[in-house]
Amino acid sequence: MKSSLYGPAALAALTALALFPLSAAAQKSTAEGIAEYRAMLADGNPAELYEAKGELIWKQARGPKNASLEKCDLGKGPGVVKGTFVELPRFFADTRRVQDLESRLLTCMEQLQGFNAADIAKTSFGTGEQKTIESLVAYISGESRGMSFNLPQAHAQEKLMYEVGKKVFYLRGGPYDFSCASCHGEDNKRVRLQDLPNLTKEPGASTGFGAWPAYRVSSGDLWSMQRRLNDCYRQQRFPFPGYASDATIALGVYMGVNSKGGASTAPALKR
Amino acid sequence: MSDPMRIRAQAQGDKTTVRVLVSHEMESGQRKDAAGKTVPAWFIQTINATWNGKTVMSAQWGTAVSKNPFVQFSFKGGKAGDKIVVNWVDNHGDKRSDEALVA
Repeated sequence: MKSSLYGPAALAALTALALFPLSAAAQKSTAEGIAEYRAMLADGNPAELYEAKGELIWKQARGPKNASLEKCDLGKGPGVVKGTFVELPRFFADTRRVQDLESRLLTCMEQLQGFNAADIAKTSFGTGEQKTIESLVAYISGESRGMSFNLPQAHAQEKLMYEVGKKVFYLRGGPYDFSCASCHGEDNKRVRLQDLPNLTKEPGASTGFGAWPAYRVSSGDLWSMQRRLNDCYRQQRFPFPGYASDATIALGVYMGVNSKGGASTAPALKR
Repeated sequence: MSDPMRIRAQAQGDKTTVRVLVSHEMESGQRKDAAGKTVPAWFIQTINATWNGKTVMSAQWGTAVSKNPFVQFSFKGGKAGDKIVVNWVDNHGDKRSDEALVA
């Protein structure tokens, strides 16, 4: 009698003792495991293939006007690529708009090469001219790899877009009553095994924002920032505000300004 | 037309390490598209590497190799300036050959 009462209690105590160190160790090794997996893959990041292709496309005469993109102004003057990525989105005087890399590429492809930007914006990700843009963003972001984010905030429009981006970031809605901030507004949050960066401040912002465009192993494709945002909205069960729309650019300004000082790792490698 | 490979070869002591990033769809033939039709298999069948004309790596691949595969191998010998040529043939008969110099 005595031993049968004593037995389970002792067992429970032992289990409780054993569980704590076990779960702590399991958590640590999971994060380490992911880090190890990334290190193994980092050597052969297929984004490099897109970078090489993007450089060729940048210099290639294409489109109805049969022109290259070498006169495209990404913010540092026509044809300058190096260092432009860490200063985007920014205000452009010719279009009188704040533009991110992809909306700016659409402008250049329309003005210089004669493509129809609206048609490209409507094309589904990973097909047609969207594939061209993926390679271009890989090349352009790769030219600024390791540089620190330093988005301009001098123009009134840029300040306005930051405030709009902040509003959009905290806007709750949809069937789950989600906002971007639900997952990315605090430190040390996770979805399953994935550590979620806090995009409202450094160093989280550059870890998250600064890693896109990235090659996604799970889909075997290079994802641009616009495609990443599209997926964020899909996960929130929100309609996507639209490719190169002002709402997505505003989010880019908000996250980009928050990344100030952090280094860009784009095009990175994601699981 | 297939895209170029990225080949990096580095000699250290008497060992040369070659790292190759191959651009290929590597369709397994097991996936279905949005219309429910099977996506036909499309994969690299043989891949070879030569060092100054001598074969140092030869492999036969199947459908279990990932898209845009990364290959790494090393061989004895090799010095800076030696030529490494990597070529592959896929099941469509498409070929691709790229070369790099040992650094």
